[in-house]
Amino acid sequence: MSERMKVDARGAYCPGPLMELIAALKLVKIGDEIEVWSSDKGSVKDIPEWVNKVHHDMVGVTQQDGYWSLVVRKAK
Amino acid sequence: MAKQILIVGGGLSGTIVANGLCRQLHSELSSGSVAITMLGAQDTHMYQPGLLYVPFGRMRESELFRSQRKVLDRRVPYFVDPAKNIDVDKKAVTTQSGKTYGYDFLVIATGSRIRPDNIPGMVEGSHWFYDLEGARKMRDALTNFKGGKVVININAPHKCPVAPLEITFMMKDYLAAKGLLDKSEITYTYPIGRLHSLEPVAHWAVPEFQRHGIKSETFFNTKSVDPKAKTITSEEGTTLPYDLLITVPPHSGQQVITDSNLGAGGWVPTVRNTLLREGSSNVFIVGDTTNLPISKAGSTAHFEADTIIDNLSSLIKEDRWARDYDGKVFCFVETGFSSGTYVWFNYTTPPNPGPPSQMLHWFKLAYNRMYWLSARGLL
Repeated sequence: MSERMKVDARGAYCPGPLMELIAALKLVKIGDEIEVWSSDKGSVKDIPEWVNKVHHDMVGVTQQDGYWSLVVRKAK
Repeated sequence: MAKQILIVGGGLSGTIVANGLCRQLHSELSSGSVAITMLGAQDTHMYQPGLLYVPFGRMRESELFRSQRKVLDRRVPYFVDPAKNIDVDKKAVTTQSGKTYGYDFLVIATGSRIRPDNIPGMVEGSHWFYDLEGARKMRDALTNFKGGKVVININAPHKCPVAPLEITFMMKDYLAAKGLLDKSEITYTYPIGRLHSLEPVAHWAVPEFQRHGIKSETFFNTKSVDPKAKTITSEEGTTLPYDLLITVPPHSGQQVITDSNLGAGGWVPTVRNTLLREGSSNVFIVGDTTNLPISKAGSTAHFEADTIIDNLSSLIKEDRWARDYDGKVFCFVETGFSSGTYVWFNYTTPPNPGPPSQMLHWFKLAYNRMYWLSARGLL
């Protein structure tokens, strides 16, 4: 498994954290993890909702100082 | 010995940087203490947003192009000899013809490209307007279209964030003008759970779609296209039939970036405020080529280029940093053949589009002509 890819999407209005995650998943291999940083509270709902819909793995969501860290594992 | 500034990429961002540096470093260029060189892939410069109008016959192809050497300041030697390898450790760029260029400062402006080949069946089964050949084929397809199911399919990542809505509204107006609206149905698909990545734009679009009778399918990330069955299927498990499929294909950066191990997918890791390559103090990244979580758009390229011009000039003239990039993006949004609006935002100011108007549409049409002033660094 490669080093976790980090996507700092804090303050990103367009295309936004979920679109950045979708793009990043196309660049990694199955089993790799992506950590998205988002300052948008909506990401806490949007990202897990989409990850579950397409059957990737939601590794975890943690609240940091002024942003959220969401870790996703590419499952297919 | 002259300080060498090498710009790789002859599109909008690289051209604005070159022209802006020529203005700010006028005396250094005259004395020979600074030299600027540009490498590119074409001898013409294309106004990419004009491609939106080509399938509908609203712009002639020739209006999109100018000679790159005429857009570029004549003090910048320009070579149509694309970079093959960029070695940031050796500070050298090798080109396809085998030449090697050294540099003191490098500006990577290699842009992005569409990759319909990354989705099975997309090349054979769909149309797009993101390059000239695609826009021509789409124009022919529209000419022959007699009505039916139109699917407008958007994939991530892509440049020009507003193009998905623009093509949808223009397609609706086109069908209405041809008298095909009552025989047709437009379905718009988008990768996330709303109509656009910009939340205020997405909210604005909901009643507009309803008013125009446009259907939508959100959370749709294309898995494959079946050109024989004329269906498109998403990772989320939805399959839509189509008679005409118009796609905004997923994009990647250029091959030279991945071949040079500068960034996955062709996107170079970039510091969001300085626009320096992560880990470099003399390599700037500008335009679509960055990995920044920001719109891949002409205006982004323009505002980033302005920042790099100021900083590179300041480093050379005064040995100091001038200013940071604040994330500014400004985009016009065509909402049909006769109305438009705009949206702007930066890293700290959220977007807030205003109501569409004919005046703003005319402003966009005017900008289609004034673009060349931006490329020359005059606007």
